This record gives sequence, structure tokens and C-alpha cells, in this order.
Amino acid sequence: MDIVNYIAVAMTLFLLGIWGIFMNRKNILVMLMSIELMLLAVNMNFLVFSVYLDDVLGQVFALFVLTVAAAESAIGLALLVVYYRIRGTIQVEYINLIRG
Amino acid sequence: MFASLMLTSGVMVIQSRNPVYSVLFLILVFFHGAALLLLLGLDFFAMTFLVVYVGAIAVLFLFVVMMLNINLSELQERRLRYLPMGGVLGLLFVLEGLVILDVDLVPLLYSNIDMVDLAWTDWTTTLGEVSNMHTMGRLLYTYYGLYFLVASLILLVAMVGAIVLTQNRRLGARRQKVYLQNTRDFARTIRKIS
Repeated sequence: MDIVNYIAVAMTLFLLGIWGIFMNRKNILVMLMSIELMLLAVNMNFLVFSVYLDDVLGQVFALFVLTVAAAESAIGLALLVVYYRIRGTIQVEYINLIRG
Repeated sequence: MFASLMLTSGVMVIQSRNPVYSVLFLILVFFHGAALLLLLGLDFFAMTFLVVYVGAIAVLFLFVVMMLNINLSELQERRLRYLPMGGVLGLLFVLEGLVILDVDLVPLLYSNIDMVDLAWTDWTTTLGEVSNMHTMGRLLYTYYGLYFLVASLILLVAMVGAIVLTQNRRLGARRQKVYLQNTRDFARTIRKIS
């Protein structure tokens, strides 16, 4: 088992998530997907180190991260649906309602 | 192989124009992540990833993409705007990460010790009789019971919040008044008009 390859995959996936957020500034849906990618990368990091260090606590924590990821996705998409119903668009640069 | 396919799918998630293709590539990324976890020996977590990510999150994304039908033409018009600065910073970060991975995390790589003798031992398959699911269950229901309850509370709050947010509350709609119906006195419902 080569841990370095797993960690490199997880790190590259995390960077892909960050890159997706910065590249798709217009599309909030793809930004949410990039957040999911980043959470997946973090979760894989936890699991790889949990296997490598023979510690089951990492797996427990990965389960909780999974829970939070599911909750975050549900809440974010619900907010997106409500926003689309109110404004009729989900473009990010028009979200300036609370600008002072 | 799974890792390279996973990374190419991840690139396609953020590069594709159509959000539907993006969601499908996201599903592909989750599948390959589950396959990598299977290679690690974490069978329970591979199945959980499949169920939660593909079954819940990706389907949720697909529903929202179909509900919203956003126009696709004006997205991603200038994709190379952040390339000079962001490219330099990203490249620096990748190089730093690779240096850390190669030097700090595996210090035996550049030493004279033979790596073959120091191979990682899979104690769970050599010693343990309990499977992955047994271990997780025993830990979650005994030592981490409180955190387990907190996680269930988070899921409950997310569910209630999503339902309340997306509930269609129109003003002119006639609603059922449950309290008035239950507290109505039946003796007075029918009166004789004289």
C-alpha cells in the first residue's frame, strides 16, 4: 500500500475543488459541486490516514463529515431553489440584496 | 487507474458547460472514490459513499438542475482571466504539497533503510476477526454515542430546514384550520332558523 499516491489523489481532488470554485464564478450550482468535491477529498484523506495509522477514529470522523456534507448539500440546494423562485435567476453577480 | 479516472472526471465536472454533464461526471467521481476505498479495504465506507453521495447528493443535484433550467450560453465566458496569478499560486501550492508528501510524510524514502522490510502491515486482516462494520458499530454505539446523536440532530435540522424553505406558501390558498375544527361544539353546528 502506497499511502503517498492516495494522499496525492486526495490533495489533487481538493485543489480541483478550489479551482472549480474560482473558475465558475457565474454558476453557483457548479460551485456547490466543487464544495462536494472538496469534502470528498477531505473524507478520503481521513480514511486513508485512518487505515494507515490503524486508528478507527478517523473513520468515525469521516462518517460525521459525510453527515455534514449531506446536510450542507440539502440546505444549499433548498436555498438555491428559494432564491430562484424569488429572483428568477441564480447568477452569482446579481446577489447584492444586502449591499449597504 | 481509478485515481487517474477520478481526477479526469473531476476536471470534467468543473469544465463542462452543461450542468447535467457536470452532475454525471460528479457521480463518476464518487464511483471511483468508492472503488479506491474498496482497494483500501474499507468496504463499509465504500458502500456508504455510494449510498450517500450517489443516492442522495447527486440525485438532489440532478433534481435541482432539472428544476431550474438555467440558460447555458452566458456561463463561463472568460475562463482564462485568473490564469496568470492563480496559476502561479496553484503551481506553488501543488509543489509545496508534493515536497511535503515526499519528504516529511515518508522520511524513509531518501534514507538508506530498505523500504521492503518496513512494509505496512495490515493488522486488521491478519489479527482482527471483526469486520469493518462491526468495529464502526461498536464504537459508534458505545464511546461515540453522543456524537452519533449530534449527527442525527444535524440531519434532522437539515431535513426540516429544507422542507420549510422550499414549502410553497401561497397567500390566497385556503388552508385547513385544524384547531377550529377540533374545538367546534357539535351542538351548535346545526341551528334552527326561526
